[in-house]
Amino acid sequence: MKILVAVKRVIDYNVQIRVKEDGSGVHTDNVKMSTNPPDDNATEESVKLKESGKVKEIVAVTIGDDKAQETVRKALAVGADRGIHVKSDTYIEPLGIAKILKKVVEKEKPDMVFLGKQAIDDDCNQTGQMLAAMLNWPQATFSSKVTLKDKSMEIVREIDEGLETVEVNLPAVVTCDLRLNEPRYASLPNIMKAKKKPIDQMIAKDLGVDITNRVQQLKVEEPPKRKAGIKVANVAELVSKLKNEAKVI
Amino acid sequence: MSVLLIAEHNNKNLKPFTLNAITAASKIDSEVHVLVAGSGSESVAKEAAAVPLVKKVLHCDSPNYQNYLPENLAPLVTKHSEKYDHIVASANTFGKNFMPRVAAALDTSQVSDVIKVKSPDTFVRPIYAGNAFATVKSNDKKRCVTIRPTSFEPAPKTGGSAQIDKVDAADIPNFSKFIKREETKSERPELGTARIVVSGGRGLESGENFKLINDIADKLNAAVGASRAAVDAGYISNDHQVGQTGKVVVPDLYIAVGISGAIQHLAGMKESKIIVAINKDGEAPIFSIADYGLEADLFKALPEFLSELNKLNTIQK
Repeated sequence: MKILVAVKRVIDYNVQIRVKEDGSGVHTDNVKMSTNPPDDNATEESVKLKESGKVKEIVAVTIGDDKAQETVRKALAVGADRGIHVKSDTYIEPLGIAKILKKVVEKEKPDMVFLGKQAIDDDCNQTGQMLAAMLNWPQATFSSKVTLKDKSMEIVREIDEGLETVEVNLPAVVTCDLRLNEPRYASLPNIMKAKKKPIDQMIAKDLGVDITNRVQQLKVEEPPKRKAGIKVANVAELVSKLKNEAKVI
Repeated sequence: MSVLLIAEHNNKNLKPFTLNAITAASKIDSEVHVLVAGSGSESVAKEAAAVPLVKKVLHCDSPNYQNYLPENLAPLVTKHSEKYDHIVASANTFGKNFMPRVAAALDTSQVSDVIKVKSPDTFVRPIYAGNAFATVKSNDKKRCVTIRPTSFEPAPKTGGSAQIDKVDAADIPNFSKFIKREETKSERPELGTARIVVSGGRGLESGENFKLINDIADKLNAAVGASRAAVDAGYISNDHQVGQTGKVVVPDLYIAVGISGAIQHLAGMKESKIIVAINKDGEAPIFSIADYGLEADLFKALPEFLSELNKLNTIQK
Protein backbone atom coordinates (compact mmCIF):
# COMPACT_ATOMS: atom_id res chain seq x y z
CA MET A 1 0.00 0.00 0.00
CA LYS A 2 0.96 3.60 -0.43
CA ILE A 3 0.53 6.63 1.81
CA LEU A 4 0.51 10.29 0.88
CA VAL A 5 1.35 12.48 3.87
CA ALA A 6 0.71 16.22 3.71
CA VAL A 7 2.91 18.56 5.75
CA LYS A 8 2.72 22.32 6.28
CA ARG A 9 5.36 24.85 7.31
CA VAL A 10 4.16 27.11 10.13
CA ILE A 11 5.55 29.41 12.80
CA ASP A 12 7.09 27.17 15.47
CA TYR A 13 4.68 26.37 18.28
CA ASN A 14 7.03 27.77 20.93
CA VAL A 15 7.23 31.21 19.32
CA GLN A 16 5.16 33.99 20.85
CA ILE A 17 3.64 35.48 17.72
CA ARG A 18 3.59 39.25 17.18
CA VAL A 19 0.80 41.04 15.39
CA LYS A 20 1.88 43.65 12.82
CA GLU A 21 1.07 47.23 13.74
CA ASP A 22 -0.78 47.83 10.46
CA GLY A 23 -3.17 44.93 11.14
CA SER A 24 -2.16 43.06 7.99
CA GLY A 25 -1.08 39.86 9.73
CA VAL A 26 1.63 38.58 12.04
CA HIS A 27 5.39 39.00 11.81
CA THR A 28 7.07 36.09 10.03
CA ASP A 29 10.48 37.61 9.19
CA ASN A 30 13.32 36.02 11.18
CA VAL A 31 10.81 33.89 13.06
CA LYS A 32 11.56 30.22 13.67
CA MET A 33 9.47 28.02 11.39
CA SER A 34 8.76 24.30 11.78
CA THR A 35 6.51 21.57 10.54
CA ASN A 36 2.97 21.90 11.90
CA PRO A 37 3.09 19.64 15.02
CA PRO A 38 0.24 17.20 14.19
CA ASP A 39 1.71 16.84 10.67
CA ASP A 40 4.75 15.29 12.37
CA ASN A 41 2.36 12.77 13.93
CA ALA A 42 0.97 12.05 10.46
CA THR A 43 4.47 11.39 9.12
CA GLU A 44 5.38 9.27 12.14
CA GLU A 45 2.29 7.08 11.77
CA SER A 46 3.01 6.59 8.07
CA VAL A 47 6.56 5.52 8.86
CA LYS A 48 5.32 3.11 11.55
CA LEU A 49 2.91 1.54 9.06
CA LYS A 50 5.76 1.15 6.59
CA GLU A 51 7.94 -0.45 9.26
CA SER A 52 5.12 -2.92 9.99
CA GLY A 53 5.48 -4.11 6.39
CA LYS A 54 1.97 -3.21 5.28
CA VAL A 55 2.96 -0.05 3.47
CA LYS A 56 5.49 -0.01 0.65
CA GLU A 57 5.86 3.68 -0.13
CA ILE A 58 5.40 7.04 1.58
CA VAL A 59 5.19 10.23 -0.46
CA ALA A 60 5.39 13.53 1.47
CA VAL A 61 3.77 16.60 -0.05
CA THR A 62 3.80 20.26 0.91
CA ILE A 63 2.31 23.37 -0.63
CA GLY A 64 4.06 26.68 -0.17
CA ASP A 65 7.05 28.82 -1.10
CA ASP A 66 10.56 27.46 -1.66
CA LYS A 67 11.29 27.25 2.07
CA ALA A 68 8.31 24.91 2.53
CA GLN A 69 10.57 22.24 1.03
CA GLU A 70 12.22 22.04 4.47
CA THR A 71 9.12 20.30 5.81
CA VAL A 72 9.30 17.70 3.03
CA ARG A 73 13.03 17.19 3.74
CA LYS A 74 12.19 16.61 7.39
CA ALA A 75 9.58 13.99 6.44
CA LEU A 76 12.13 12.35 4.12
CA ALA A 77 14.66 12.31 6.96
CA VAL A 78 12.33 10.36 9.24
CA GLY A 79 11.32 7.82 6.62
CA ALA A 80 9.27 9.14 3.69
CA ASP A 81 10.58 7.83 0.35
CA ARG A 82 10.12 10.81 -1.90
CA GLY A 83 8.65 14.26 -1.88
CA ILE A 84 6.43 16.62 -3.82
CA HIS A 85 6.59 20.37 -3.50
CA VAL A 86 3.66 22.30 -4.93
CA LYS A 87 5.00 25.81 -5.23
CA SER A 88 2.90 28.80 -4.32
CA ASP A 89 4.21 32.12 -3.04
CA THR A 90 0.83 33.26 -1.78
CA TYR A 91 -1.50 32.05 0.96
CA ILE A 92 -4.06 29.50 -0.20
CA GLU A 93 -7.18 28.71 1.82
CA PRO A 94 -7.97 25.14 2.93
CA LEU A 95 -10.51 24.82 0.09
CA GLY A 96 -7.79 25.55 -2.49
CA ILE A 97 -5.26 23.38 -0.66
CA ALA A 98 -7.73 20.47 -0.71
CA LYS A 99 -8.23 20.95 -4.47
CA ILE A 100 -4.48 20.86 -5.05
CA LEU A 101 -4.09 17.77 -2.86
CA LYS A 102 -6.88 16.09 -4.82
CA LYS A 103 -4.82 16.61 -7.99
CA VAL A 104 -1.80 15.08 -6.27
CA VAL A 105 -3.92 12.11 -5.08
CA GLU A 106 -5.22 11.53 -8.62
CA LYS A 107 -1.64 11.39 -9.86
CA GLU A 108 -0.15 9.33 -7.04
CA LYS A 109 -3.14 7.07 -6.30
CA PRO A 110 -2.35 6.42 -2.62
CA ASP A 111 -4.47 4.10 -0.44
CA MET A 112 -4.42 6.57 2.42
CA VAL A 113 -3.77 10.27 2.93
CA PHE A 114 -2.45 11.30 6.34
CA LEU A 115 -2.56 14.91 7.54
CA GLY A 116 -2.44 16.77 10.85
CA LYS A 117 -5.85 17.47 12.36
CA GLN A 118 -5.32 21.21 12.19
CA ALA A 119 -2.63 23.75 11.35
CA ILE A 120 -1.57 25.86 14.30
CA ASP A 121 -1.38 29.07 12.26
CA ASP A 122 -4.81 29.62 10.71
CA ASP A 123 -6.47 27.02 12.99
CA CYS A 124 -9.04 26.16 10.31
CA ASN A 125 -9.35 22.39 10.79
CA GLN A 126 -10.79 21.83 7.30
CA THR A 127 -8.27 20.50 4.79
CA GLY A 128 -8.48 16.75 5.49
CA GLN A 129 -12.26 16.68 5.61
CA MET A 130 -12.55 18.77 2.43
CA LEU A 131 -10.11 16.53 0.60
CA ALA A 132 -12.06 13.44 1.69
CA ALA A 133 -15.32 14.97 0.46
CA MET A 134 -13.80 16.00 -2.89
CA LEU A 135 -12.43 12.49 -3.43
CA ASN A 136 -15.66 10.93 -2.15
CA TRP A 137 -13.61 9.01 0.41
CA PRO A 138 -14.38 8.33 4.07
CA GLN A 139 -12.44 10.18 6.75
CA ALA A 140 -11.22 9.67 10.28
CA THR A 141 -10.49 12.94 12.05
CA PHE A 142 -8.71 13.53 15.39
CA SER A 143 -7.25 10.02 15.16
CA SER A 144 -5.42 8.74 18.23
CA LYS A 145 -5.10 5.07 17.23
CA VAL A 146 -4.87 3.56 13.76
CA THR A 147 -5.20 -0.15 13.01
CA LEU A 148 -4.68 -1.02 9.36
CA LYS A 149 -6.58 -4.01 8.01
CA ASP A 150 -6.65 -5.46 4.49
CA LYS A 151 -9.28 -3.18 3.01
CA SER A 152 -10.11 -0.85 5.85
CA MET A 153 -8.81 0.93 8.92
CA GLU A 154 -10.15 0.86 12.44
CA ILE A 155 -9.58 4.21 14.05
CA VAL A 156 -10.02 5.57 17.55
CA ARG A 157 -10.95 9.25 17.45
CA GLU A 158 -10.69 11.85 20.19
CA ILE A 159 -14.06 13.53 20.54
CA ASP A 160 -15.38 15.99 23.12
CA GLU A 161 -17.27 13.28 25.00
CA GLY A 162 -14.36 10.83 25.11
CA LEU A 163 -13.31 8.32 22.47
CA GLU A 164 -15.08 7.05 19.37
CA THR A 165 -14.13 4.05 17.25
CA VAL A 166 -14.99 3.94 13.54
CA GLU A 167 -14.07 1.70 10.65
CA VAL A 168 -13.43 3.33 7.28
CA ASN A 169 -12.93 1.54 3.98
CA LEU A 170 -9.80 2.25 1.96
CA PRO A 171 -8.96 4.54 0.35
CA ALA A 172 -9.43 7.02 3.21
CA VAL A 173 -8.24 10.29 4.68
CA VAL A 174 -6.85 10.28 8.23
CA THR A 175 -6.26 13.44 10.25
CA CYS A 176 -3.94 12.94 13.17
CA ASP A 177 -4.17 14.04 16.77
CA LEU A 178 -1.08 14.79 18.83
CA ARG A 179 -1.76 11.70 20.95
CA LEU A 180 -1.50 9.31 18.03
CA ASN A 181 2.22 8.72 18.56
CA GLU A 182 5.52 10.27 19.60
CA PRO A 183 7.25 11.66 16.50
CA ARG A 184 10.87 10.52 16.24
CA TYR A 185 13.85 12.75 15.64
CA ALA A 186 15.79 12.35 12.44
CA SER A 187 19.29 10.97 12.92
CA LEU A 188 22.19 12.78 11.28
CA PRO A 189 22.88 9.95 8.78
CA ASN A 190 19.21 9.94 7.81
CA ILE A 191 19.22 13.71 7.38
CA MET A 192 22.19 13.28 5.02
CA LYS A 193 20.43 10.47 3.15
CA ALA A 194 17.27 12.54 2.85
CA LYS A 195 19.20 15.14 0.86
CA LYS A 196 19.54 12.57 -1.93
CA LYS A 197 15.85 11.61 -1.99
CA PRO A 198 13.94 13.16 -4.90
CA ILE A 199 11.48 16.05 -4.52
CA ASP A 200 9.27 16.67 -7.55
CA GLN A 201 8.11 20.20 -8.07
CA MET A 202 4.74 21.37 -9.37
CA ILE A 203 3.37 24.89 -9.67
CA ALA A 204 0.08 25.45 -7.85
CA LYS A 205 -1.46 27.78 -10.38
CA ASP A 206 -0.66 25.44 -13.28
CA LEU A 207 -2.73 22.58 -11.86
CA GLY A 208 -5.98 23.73 -13.43
CA VAL A 209 -7.93 24.19 -10.21
CA ASP A 210 -9.60 27.33 -8.88
CA ILE A 211 -7.54 28.36 -5.88
CA THR A 212 -8.82 31.93 -5.61
CA ASN A 213 -9.31 32.86 -1.96
CA ARG A 214 -12.94 33.47 -1.06
CA VAL A 215 -12.41 34.75 2.46
CA GLN A 216 -10.80 38.13 2.73
CA GLN A 217 -8.74 38.94 5.80
CA LEU A 218 -9.73 42.49 6.72
CA LYS A 219 -7.72 42.93 9.88
CA VAL A 220 -5.55 41.03 12.35
CA GLU A 221 -5.29 42.42 15.86
CA GLU A 222 -4.07 41.45 19.27
CA PRO A 223 -6.67 39.98 21.56
CA PRO A 224 -7.77 42.30 24.35
CA LYS A 225 -5.13 42.33 27.08
CA ARG A 226 -6.07 41.26 30.59
CA LYS A 227 -5.63 43.99 33.14
CA ALA A 228 -2.84 43.37 35.58
CA GLY A 229 -4.01 41.45 38.62
CA ILE A 230 -2.84 41.50 42.20
CA LYS A 231 -0.94 39.13 44.42
CA VAL A 232 -2.71 38.07 47.57
CA ALA A 233 -0.83 37.42 50.80
CA ASN A 234 -2.55 34.22 51.88
CA VAL A 235 -5.35 31.77 51.24
CA ALA A 236 -7.84 33.58 53.51
CA GLU A 237 -7.39 36.79 51.50
CA LEU A 238 -7.81 34.85 48.25
CA VAL A 239 -11.10 33.30 49.34
CA SER A 240 -12.34 36.65 50.63
CA LYS A 241 -11.51 38.35 47.30
CA LEU A 242 -13.24 35.60 45.30
CA LYS A 243 -16.31 35.79 47.53
CA ASN A 244 -16.67 39.54 48.06
CA GLU A 245 -14.80 41.30 45.24
CA ALA A 246 -15.04 39.00 42.20
CA LYS A 247 -18.25 37.40 43.51
CA VAL A 248 -17.58 34.12 41.73
CA ILE A 249 -17.94 31.66 44.62
CA MET B 1 -31.81 35.11 3.72
CA SER B 2 -31.98 32.40 6.32
CA VAL B 3 -29.68 30.21 8.35
CA LEU B 4 -29.64 26.43 8.58
CA LEU B 5 -28.22 25.34 11.91
CA ILE B 6 -27.21 21.72 12.38
CA ALA B 7 -28.26 20.48 15.82
CA GLU B 8 -25.94 18.39 17.94
CA HIS B 9 -27.77 15.89 20.14
CA ASN B 10 -27.73 12.32 21.45
CA ASN B 11 -31.04 11.29 19.82
CA LYS B 12 -32.85 12.13 23.08
CA ASN B 13 -31.80 15.66 23.97
CA LEU B 14 -30.13 18.63 22.32
CA LYS B 15 -26.52 19.02 23.40
CA PRO B 16 -26.19 22.29 25.36
CA PHE B 17 -23.81 23.88 22.82
CA THR B 18 -26.56 23.75 20.18
CA LEU B 19 -28.25 26.55 22.15
CA ASN B 20 -25.10 28.67 21.97
CA ALA B 21 -24.91 27.98 18.24
CA ILE B 22 -28.55 29.07 17.85
CA THR B 23 -27.69 32.40 19.48
CA ALA B 24 -24.79 32.85 17.06
CA ALA B 25 -26.98 31.88 14.09
CA SER B 26 -29.62 34.41 15.14
CA LYS B 27 -26.96 37.14 15.00
CA ILE B 28 -26.39 36.28 11.33
CA ASP B 29 -30.09 36.30 10.45
CA SER B 30 -33.28 36.09 12.46
CA GLU B 31 -34.71 33.34 10.23
CA VAL B 32 -33.02 30.40 11.98
CA HIS B 33 -34.00 26.90 10.89
CA VAL B 34 -32.62 23.88 12.71
CA LEU B 35 -31.86 20.54 11.08
CA VAL B 36 -32.24 17.61 13.44
CA ALA B 37 -30.81 14.48 11.85
CA GLY B 38 -30.95 11.42 14.05
CA SER B 39 -32.53 8.09 14.78
CA GLY B 40 -35.53 7.91 17.11
CA SER B 41 -34.93 11.60 17.62
CA GLU B 42 -38.52 12.97 17.87
CA SER B 43 -37.88 14.41 21.34
CA VAL B 44 -34.89 16.35 19.97
CA ALA B 45 -36.97 17.90 17.18
CA LYS B 46 -39.59 18.94 19.76
CA GLU B 47 -36.93 20.40 22.02
CA ALA B 48 -35.47 22.42 19.12
CA ALA B 49 -38.95 23.64 18.15
CA ALA B 50 -39.48 24.99 21.65
CA VAL B 51 -36.47 27.31 21.41
CA PRO B 52 -38.00 30.77 20.76
CA LEU B 53 -35.22 31.87 18.36
CA VAL B 54 -35.93 28.89 16.08
CA LYS B 55 -38.41 29.55 13.26
CA LYS B 56 -38.58 26.09 11.76
CA VAL B 57 -37.23 22.60 12.44
CA LEU B 58 -36.26 20.22 9.65
CA HIS B 59 -36.38 16.71 11.01
CA CYS B 60 -34.84 13.71 9.29
CA ASP B 61 -35.07 10.45 11.17
CA SER B 62 -33.15 7.42 9.90
CA PRO B 63 -30.81 4.82 11.40
CA ASN B 64 -28.19 6.24 9.02
CA TYR B 65 -27.96 9.37 11.18
CA GLN B 66 -27.86 7.70 14.58
CA ASN B 67 -24.15 8.32 15.11
CA TYR B 68 -23.77 11.37 12.87
CA LEU B 69 -21.06 9.83 10.73
CA PRO B 70 -19.81 12.76 8.64
CA GLU B 71 -19.92 10.67 5.45
CA ASN B 72 -23.69 10.26 5.98
CA LEU B 73 -24.54 13.61 7.56
CA ALA B 74 -22.75 15.89 5.08
CA PRO B 75 -24.78 14.75 2.02
CA LEU B 76 -28.01 15.33 3.99
CA VAL B 77 -26.96 18.85 4.96
CA THR B 78 -25.87 19.56 1.39
CA LYS B 79 -29.19 18.26 0.04
CA HIS B 80 -31.19 20.64 2.23
CA SER B 81 -28.83 23.61 1.94
CA GLU B 82 -30.29 25.05 -1.25
CA LYS B 83 -32.61 27.64 0.30
CA TYR B 84 -30.09 28.87 2.82
CA ASP B 85 -27.35 31.49 2.69
CA HIS B 86 -25.62 30.20 5.79
CA ILE B 87 -25.01 26.74 7.17
CA VAL B 88 -23.96 26.91 10.82
CA ALA B 89 -22.74 24.42 13.43
CA SER B 90 -20.70 24.44 16.63
CA ALA B 91 -16.92 24.41 16.25
CA ASN B 92 -16.52 21.36 18.45
CA THR B 93 -15.60 17.83 17.38
CA PHE B 94 -19.16 17.42 16.05
CA GLY B 95 -19.18 20.47 13.74
CA LYS B 96 -15.50 20.30 12.83
CA ASN B 97 -15.97 16.76 11.59
CA PHE B 98 -18.75 17.20 9.03
CA MET B 99 -18.90 20.89 8.11
CA PRO B 100 -15.81 20.99 5.82
CA ARG B 101 -17.35 18.11 3.84
CA VAL B 102 -20.43 20.27 3.28
CA ALA B 103 -18.31 23.28 2.35
CA ALA B 104 -16.31 21.22 -0.16
CA ALA B 105 -19.48 19.83 -1.72
CA LEU B 106 -20.84 23.38 -2.10
CA ASP B 107 -17.45 24.73 -3.25
CA THR B 108 -17.47 27.33 -0.52
CA SER B 109 -14.66 28.39 1.78
CA GLN B 110 -15.60 27.65 5.38
CA VAL B 111 -15.16 30.21 8.15
CA SER B 112 -14.12 28.24 11.25
CA ASP B 113 -14.44 28.93 14.95
CA VAL B 114 -16.19 32.30 14.84
CA ILE B 115 -16.20 34.22 18.14
CA LYS B 116 -18.10 37.29 16.91
CA VAL B 117 -20.61 37.94 14.15
CA LYS B 118 -20.06 41.48 12.81
CA SER B 119 -22.45 41.17 9.87
CA PRO B 120 -23.85 38.31 7.78
CA ASP B 121 -20.57 38.17 5.83
CA THR B 122 -18.02 39.44 8.34
CA PHE B 123 -16.78 37.50 11.34
CA VAL B 124 -14.05 37.58 13.98
CA ARG B 125 -12.13 34.37 14.58
CA PRO B 126 -9.06 33.53 16.64
CA ILE B 127 -5.89 32.44 14.86
CA TYR B 128 -2.57 31.24 16.27
CA ALA B 129 -4.41 29.58 19.18
CA GLY B 130 -6.09 32.82 20.15
CA ASN B 131 -2.90 34.88 20.16
CA ALA B 132 -4.42 37.03 17.40
CA PHE B 133 -7.95 37.80 16.26
CA ALA B 134 -8.68 37.99 12.54
CA THR B 135 -11.65 39.87 11.10
CA VAL B 136 -12.61 38.10 7.89
CA LYS B 137 -15.17 38.72 5.16
CA SER B 138 -16.57 35.80 3.24
CA ASN B 139 -17.20 36.54 -0.44
CA ASP B 140 -18.94 33.23 -1.09
CA LYS B 141 -22.65 33.28 -1.88
CA LYS B 142 -23.34 30.40 0.44
CA ARG B 143 -21.38 30.40 3.66
CA CYS B 144 -20.43 27.53 5.92
CA VAL B 145 -19.64 28.82 9.39
CA THR B 146 -18.67 27.06 12.59
CA ILE B 147 -18.97 29.04 15.81
CA ARG B 148 -17.10 28.73 19.07
CA PRO B 149 -19.94 27.91 21.48
CA THR B 150 -18.38 29.47 24.57
CA SER B 151 -18.28 32.87 22.85
CA PHE B 152 -22.08 33.05 22.69
CA GLU B 153 -24.71 32.80 25.42
CA PRO B 154 -27.04 29.81 25.25
CA ALA B 155 -30.45 30.67 23.76
CA PRO B 156 -33.50 30.41 26.05
CA LYS B 157 -34.93 26.89 25.78
CA THR B 158 -38.66 27.28 26.14
CA GLY B 159 -41.58 29.35 24.94
CA GLY B 160 -41.30 28.76 21.21
CA SER B 161 -43.42 26.54 19.00
CA ALA B 162 -41.74 26.29 15.63
CA GLN B 163 -43.17 24.12 12.90
CA ILE B 164 -41.50 20.71 12.47
CA ASP B 165 -41.12 19.59 8.85
CA LYS B 166 -40.16 16.00 8.10
CA VAL B 167 -37.49 16.04 5.40
CA ASP B 168 -36.11 13.34 3.12
CA ALA B 169 -32.93 11.46 3.88
CA ALA B 170 -30.01 11.55 1.44
CA ASP B 171 -28.19 8.63 -0.13
CA ILE B 172 -25.34 7.36 1.99
CA PRO B 173 -21.99 6.25 0.61
CA ASN B 174 -21.70 3.14 2.83
CA PHE B 175 -17.95 3.28 3.27
CA SER B 176 -17.69 4.07 6.97
CA LYS B 177 -19.04 2.36 10.03
CA PHE B 178 -19.57 3.48 13.59
CA ILE B 179 -18.25 0.93 16.08
CA LYS B 180 -18.44 2.40 19.57
CA ARG B 181 -18.28 5.50 21.69
CA GLU B 182 -16.71 5.51 25.13
CA GLU B 183 -17.91 8.57 26.96
CA THR B 184 -15.82 9.77 29.83
CA LYS B 185 -18.03 9.38 32.88
CA SER B 186 -17.82 11.99 35.56
CA GLU B 187 -19.95 13.23 38.43
CA ARG B 188 -18.51 16.67 37.88
CA PRO B 189 -19.62 19.27 35.31
CA GLU B 190 -18.24 18.96 31.79
CA LEU B 191 -14.94 20.79 31.35
CA GLY B 192 -16.11 22.75 28.30
CA THR B 193 -19.21 24.17 29.98
CA ALA B 194 -18.39 24.31 33.70
CA ARG B 195 -18.82 27.63 35.51
CA ILE B 196 -15.67 26.96 37.52
CA VAL B 197 -12.58 25.00 36.45
CA VAL B 198 -9.79 23.92 38.81
CA SER B 199 -6.68 22.81 36.93
CA GLY B 200 -3.50 21.15 38.04
CA GLY B 201 -0.08 21.15 36.41
CA ARG B 202 3.25 19.45 36.80
CA GLY B 203 3.56 21.07 40.23
CA LEU B 204 1.17 18.42 41.54
CA GLU B 205 4.05 15.93 41.18
CA SER B 206 1.84 12.84 40.94
CA GLY B 207 -1.55 11.49 39.94
CA GLU B 208 -2.43 10.77 43.58
CA ASN B 209 -1.92 14.42 44.46
CA PHE B 210 -4.69 15.38 42.03
CA LYS B 211 -6.95 14.43 44.95
CA LEU B 212 -6.15 17.89 46.32
CA ILE B 213 -7.53 19.40 43.08
CA ASN B 214 -10.54 17.05 43.06
CA ASP B 215 -11.49 17.97 46.63
CA ILE B 216 -11.57 21.69 45.78
CA ALA B 217 -13.46 20.97 42.55
CA ASP B 218 -16.11 18.96 44.42
CA LYS B 219 -16.53 21.72 46.96
CA LEU B 220 -17.01 24.33 44.21
CA ASN B 221 -19.00 22.08 41.85
CA ALA B 222 -16.19 22.66 39.35
CA ALA B 223 -14.70 20.70 36.48
CA VAL B 224 -11.14 19.43 36.75
CA GLY B 225 -8.61 20.54 34.14
CA ALA B 226 -4.92 19.96 33.62
CA SER B 227 -1.96 21.34 31.74
CA ARG B 228 -0.38 19.36 28.94
CA ALA B 229 2.65 18.79 31.16
CA ALA B 230 0.47 17.04 33.77
CA VAL B 231 -1.22 14.94 31.09
CA ASP B 232 2.09 14.03 29.46
CA ALA B 233 3.46 13.05 32.84
CA GLY B 234 0.54 10.63 33.18
CA TYR B 235 -1.02 12.32 36.24
CA ILE B 236 -4.44 12.57 34.60
CA SER B 237 -6.16 11.48 31.39
CA ASN B 238 -5.93 13.69 28.33
CA ASP B 239 -9.64 14.57 28.19
CA HIS B 240 -8.85 16.97 31.05
CA GLN B 241 -6.27 18.88 29.04
CA VAL B 242 -6.81 22.61 28.70
CA GLY B 243 -4.82 24.43 26.03
CA GLN B 244 -4.04 24.93 22.39
CA THR B 245 -4.09 21.19 21.75
CA GLY B 246 -6.69 20.40 24.39
CA LYS B 247 -9.93 22.14 25.28
CA VAL B 248 -10.55 25.86 25.22
CA VAL B 249 -12.49 26.88 28.31
CA VAL B 250 -14.10 30.18 29.28
CA PRO B 251 -15.41 29.70 32.83
CA ASP B 252 -16.37 32.45 35.30
CA LEU B 253 -13.51 31.25 37.50
CA TYR B 254 -10.35 29.41 36.46
CA ILE B 255 -8.00 28.26 39.20
CA ALA B 256 -4.55 27.23 37.92
CA VAL B 257 -2.57 25.27 40.48
CA GLY B 258 1.07 24.35 39.95
CA ILE B 259 0.82 25.47 36.33
CA SER B 260 3.64 27.70 35.10
CA GLY B 261 1.65 29.09 32.17
CA ALA B 262 3.15 27.88 28.90
CA ILE B 263 1.82 29.66 25.79
CA GLN B 264 0.05 26.46 24.82
CA HIS B 265 -1.87 26.34 28.14
CA LEU B 266 -2.72 30.06 28.21
CA ALA B 267 -4.31 29.71 24.78
CA GLY B 268 -6.93 27.44 26.31
CA MET B 269 -7.96 29.50 29.33
CA LYS B 270 -6.95 33.15 29.08
CA GLU B 271 -10.46 34.30 28.14
CA SER B 272 -11.76 33.08 31.52
CA LYS B 273 -13.55 35.84 33.46
CA ILE B 274 -11.51 35.52 36.67
CA ILE B 275 -8.17 33.72 36.79
CA VAL B 276 -6.49 32.57 40.00
CA ALA B 277 -2.92 31.27 40.00
CA ILE B 278 -1.36 29.32 42.84
CA ASN B 279 2.32 28.66 42.28
CA LYS B 280 5.45 28.61 44.40
CA ASP B 281 7.49 30.26 41.64
CA GLY B 282 6.70 33.96 41.86
CA GLU B 283 8.15 34.50 38.38
CA ALA B 284 5.86 31.97 36.68
CA PRO B 285 4.23 33.46 33.53
CA ILE B 286 0.78 32.43 34.77
CA PHE B 287 0.92 35.34 37.26
CA SER B 288 1.05 37.86 34.41
CA ILE B 289 -2.52 37.01 33.41
CA ALA B 290 -3.96 36.10 36.80
CA ASP B 291 -6.44 38.41 38.51
CA TYR B 292 -5.44 36.94 41.85
CA GLY B 293 -2.04 35.37 42.32
CA LEU B 294 -0.96 33.42 45.38
CA GLU B 295 2.74 32.66 45.65
CA ALA B 296 2.68 29.58 47.84
CA ASP B 297 3.45 25.88 48.12
CA LEU B 298 0.34 24.23 46.71
CA PHE B 299 0.62 21.31 49.13
CA LYS B 300 0.04 23.77 51.97
CA ALA B 301 -2.26 26.16 50.13
CA LEU B 302 -4.80 23.66 48.79
CA PRO B 303 -5.76 22.10 52.15
CA GLU B 304 -6.01 25.63 53.57
CA PHE B 305 -8.13 26.66 50.59
CA LEU B 306 -10.50 23.77 51.26
CA SER B 307 -10.82 24.60 54.93
CA GLU B 308 -11.47 28.29 54.12
CA LEU B 309 -14.17 27.22 51.65
CA ASN B 310 -15.68 25.00 54.34
CA LYS B 311 -15.99 28.06 56.58
CA LEU B 312 -18.20 29.87 54.05
CA ASN B 313 -21.91 29.81 54.74
CA THR B 314 -22.86 29.61 51.09
CA ILE B 315 -21.10 28.73 47.86
CA GLN B 316 -22.64 29.63 44.50
CA LYS B 317 -23.59 26.60 42.44
